[in-house]
Amino acid sequence: MASGFCSDMSFTPPRIVITGIGLTAPNGNSLAEYRQNLLNGVSGVQPFDVRYMGKSLAGVCDFDPLRYQKRKEVRVGTRAASISIYCAREAVGDSGVDFDAMAKDRVGIYIGTTEHGNVETENEIYAISKFDYDTKYWSHYHNPRTVANNPAGEVSLNLGITGPAYCIGAACAAGNLGLIHAAQMLRLGEVDLAICGGVSESIHTFGIFAGFKSQGALATHIDPTKASRPFDKDRNGIVIAEGGALYTLERLEDAQKRGAKIYGEIGGYRVNSDASDYVLPNPTRQAECVRQALQSAQLKASDIHIVNTHATATPQGDIQECGALRDVFGEGCPDTHINNTKSFIGHAMGAAGALELAGNIPSFDDLVVHPTINVDNLDPECAIPGMVLNKPVKAEKVDAILNNSFGMLGINSTLIVKRFTP
Amino acid sequence: MTKEETKQAVLDIIADVAPDEDITDVKPDVRLRDQLELDSMDFLDIVMELRKRHNIEVPEAEYPELASLDSCAEYLTPKFEALGK
Repeated sequence: MASGFCSDMSFTPPRIVITGIGLTAPNGNSLAEYRQNLLNGVSGVQPFDVRYMGKSLAGVCDFDPLRYQKRKEVRVGTRAASISIYCAREAVGDSGVDFDAMAKDRVGIYIGTTEHGNVETENEIYAISKFDYDTKYWSHYHNPRTVANNPAGEVSLNLGITGPAYCIGAACAAGNLGLIHAAQMLRLGEVDLAICGGVSESIHTFGIFAGFKSQGALATHIDPTKASRPFDKDRNGIVIAEGGALYTLERLEDAQKRGAKIYGEIGGYRVNSDASDYVLPNPTRQAECVRQALQSAQLKASDIHIVNTHATATPQGDIQECGALRDVFGEGCPDTHINNTKSFIGHAMGAAGALELAGNIPSFDDLVVHPTINVDNLDPECAIPGMVLNKPVKAEKVDAILNNSFGMLGINSTLIVKRFTP
Repeated sequence: MTKEETKQAVLDIIADVAPDEDITDVKPDVRLRDQLELDSMDFLDIVMELRKRHNIEVPEAEYPELASLDSCAEYLTPKFEALGK
């Protein structure tokens, strides 16, 4: 059965296009810088001190929050919100929309997050530990900082947006879900402009590092830039990263009316659930998710020219996803290229799907596919035809990009973006 | 602690609570909220910082005593002295 909007053939949904991209990644604070580093093999992973744990590795962003926020806003607000505001402002600026003239109640903000509030809660507990855990020293900002809508809410404050603004909690599938949900809201006519995608500030919580370490899933390597190595035989876990990518999405008709630059069109998508384990992925459900996304886009597997994998460099997870992809794309897809962006930036959690998609969108223009780096010895269990390893390749054509993002509790998301053709 | 030192202690806190504000020319007899961009949450911050940095408690009913630098000095200086500061 077809999924989503395509299941009702009597309804022709409005076409949804991407008109602006704003991002901060560990290896770039704009799409151009990020893309250049993806093509040049530049990693954004570096040594990083983690509270209580000491030296670790992380993908760290160095954008300037004060570009779009007052110092007090940075002090009172959250890191996730600073990332969101930076990305939102960059995306709106990039879109060329006359934002001042827009009806602000017709703008929606949909931001995917893996989790929110851990950073602020840990900070407060640490702060009151200096006062013998007396809770009278607990900050009155704790609640506004930790509500699940905080990143989207701070964007609404910063940009004066009075339309719907909320976050979508979807573990590491969240970045894709921000875009998918925005497309749905535009199709329903709820908003005229959507600012959407995903963000993560996870590197500022020790809990996520300690959790992955306890799980045996935290990457280590003497050279930080080589620590994130999906598909490589010597991969040993996840490099946690922060970052964000927010897009402006519009209905095609609106975008064309104002002569907007169009990066690509939302082709199709699917979100499903494993219903099988808290953390272990399920390749059967992943393959099902990919197939149903293809169906919703009315495309065949061989029509996809870039598959951006979710693979996080855990020993088992990569094998599972590669199994699912082999099932769908294994044979008969000579023009399909498979890559991975986490090998450069680590796993940006709630931002992952949105950031990784952004890194591939310029391929519509330059026809170059960025590689998966750090694959010195390809694990045969991960091998799939069409993998782009260590060096970019020039593709004959790039008309459709399929972006996978999966998360804990078995949430899977696949988003397909097509080259825009009027 | 003198009243002038008390005022400086309050200004030091305000500098952190409202980092975008210019506090070089704060008039001591004018309400802080009439000359600086301070909201009610900022005042809670000032109360919190007095507690954290100086171990001084300001009961809610007495928050109006923190209206201006002069009133802060009148109200807080005896509290500093009681703590031997």
